[in-house]
Amino acid sequence: MTAGVYKEVILDHYRHPRNYGDLPSANARAKDSNVLCGDTIEMELRLKGNTVDDIRFRGQGCAISLASASMLTELSKGKSISEIKKLGKKDIIRLLGADPGSTRIECALLGLKVLKMAIYAHLGVKMPEELEEA
Amino acid sequence: MTLNVSKIRADFPILKRKIGRKPLVYLDSAATSQKPKPVIDAIERYYKKYNANVHRGVHRLNEEATIAFEESREKFARFVGAKAAKEIVFVRNATEALNLVTFSWARASLKPGDHVLLTEMEHHSNIIPWQILAKERGVKLDYVKINDDGVLNWESFEELIKERPKVLSLAHVSNALGTINPVKQMAQEAHKVGATVIVDAAQSVPHMPVDVLDLECDFMAVSGHKMLAPTGIGTLYGRYDLLDQMEPFMGGGEMIKEVHLQDARWNDPPWKFEAGTPNIEGAIGLGAAVDYLSDIGMQNVRQHEKDITKYALDQLEDVRGLVLYGTRDVDKRGAAVSFNLGDIHAHDLATILDTQGIAIRSGHHCAQPLMERLKVPATARASFYIYNTKREVDLLVHALETARKMFKA
Repeated sequence: MTAGVYKEVILDHYRHPRNYGDLPSANARAKDSNVLCGDTIEMELRLKGNTVDDIRFRGQGCAISLASASMLTELSKGKSISEIKKLGKKDIIRLLGADPGSTRIECALLGLKVLKMAIYAHLGVKMPEELEEA
Repeated sequence: MTLNVSKIRADFPILKRKIGRKPLVYLDSAATSQKPKPVIDAIERYYKKYNANVHRGVHRLNEEATIAFEESREKFARFVGAKAAKEIVFVRNATEALNLVTFSWARASLKPGDHVLLTEMEHHSNIIPWQILAKERGVKLDYVKINDDGVLNWESFEELIKERPKVLSLAHVSNALGTINPVKQMAQEAHKVGATVIVDAAQSVPHMPVDVLDLECDFMAVSGHKMLAPTGIGTLYGRYDLLDQMEPFMGGGEMIKEVHLQDARWNDPPWKFEAGTPNIEGAIGLGAAVDYLSDIGMQNVRQHEKDITKYALDQLEDVRGLVLYGTRDVDKRGAAVSFNLGDIHAHDLATILDTQGIAIRSGHHCAQPLMERLKVPATARASFYIYNTKREVDLLVHALETARKMFKA
């Protein structure tokens, strides 16, 4: 619950989201929304073997959800599926540079949830439910 | 100012709280109000002096608890101008009151093809029970349109009343826009075509004089926690002849006169609708809240809120990039003010304001159809009550300026 989360870098990602748009060559995609805010994030990935070769996202929402999704796309490019699976709450907080607090953490985690949904859908495996504690 | 606000503030222990190093500026009373010491004390007194079940048993504590419980019902009945206390059913909140009406009255009274008239500014609690009924009974839901200034479109109402709806169910005051709807005129038109009128008064009874007979409504739903009382207590007002015809809402103790293995005889209203041990502390707290508001005078409450809302609208209008929703005419609106600032998401705004100790609501206010109508995903909402000051409005405006600079909005 601190304004500390609204750092320049967050606002910059919010104003100028990275990897924003469509990825026509994608072979994995997912979309989800956060009930509280109505925030929506959609991710499209091109997976080559076990690696995220390219990624795009689109969405609507608050600065925390869009900035964390934007930062997450930068982080994921070139990462392996197993590395993505291991990402969790603490990694997102590290990306944001501050803990957004219990009332806003859902916003911050939406991008990661959608990214994992895309990966698990691609693998045809049910996503484990303990994402938040990961 | 018509109220002695500093004296009132002294009655609210929570207003001494600090959020971080900042004093709490509580601008979220439309979500739930804070509680004054007389209400907290009344609940404590009940548990310390006469805690017992009501309408059961004959010992002294039973008697004292039952008297206090039923006195609260009488106080509330007088507060809203009901003819008799037996027209007041204790429920959990306005949501439960509306569900009770749709379940026990509308389910038995409406036929497939009947029209139910609602408005575009309803809270989900006055939409979803009707949608459930529509699926079950095949009734048709119509919605009175709103104008861009958040006021109901009278032509749309007149058009839809021609469908001869069996029900008109609407908010007296919109929780998201603050609009005060002309319920009395609408009730008169609706009664002419034989409709039953249900009023969601969750945002009006706490803030202005309300008289059910003057309003000409048949049912009215209220939440106690928005009017200084604890959570978990609310009321349904119902015209006695309607309550008397209705089947029960839930079955259990209290709601029966006699029970045999194969059948039972229902108790009289309001107890027919109060199965199980009720929220006794809640009812007693509600009685104390009614006393507290009555001592201030609801006309004075309304005047104070008009003053502070006018001041807030004037100040907010000067914030660059701020968009206000709802009418500017304080005679036609209550003290909930919805807005957005530039392209800052309402949740980001609420988080930034929180760092200044300022509590506002952000989101869709349980009125998603209204948000769709306004074409916004969410709004920020500041809402005022008897304990709020113009100084607090200034702090809000200052914090909004800070947010605007931070976001370069």
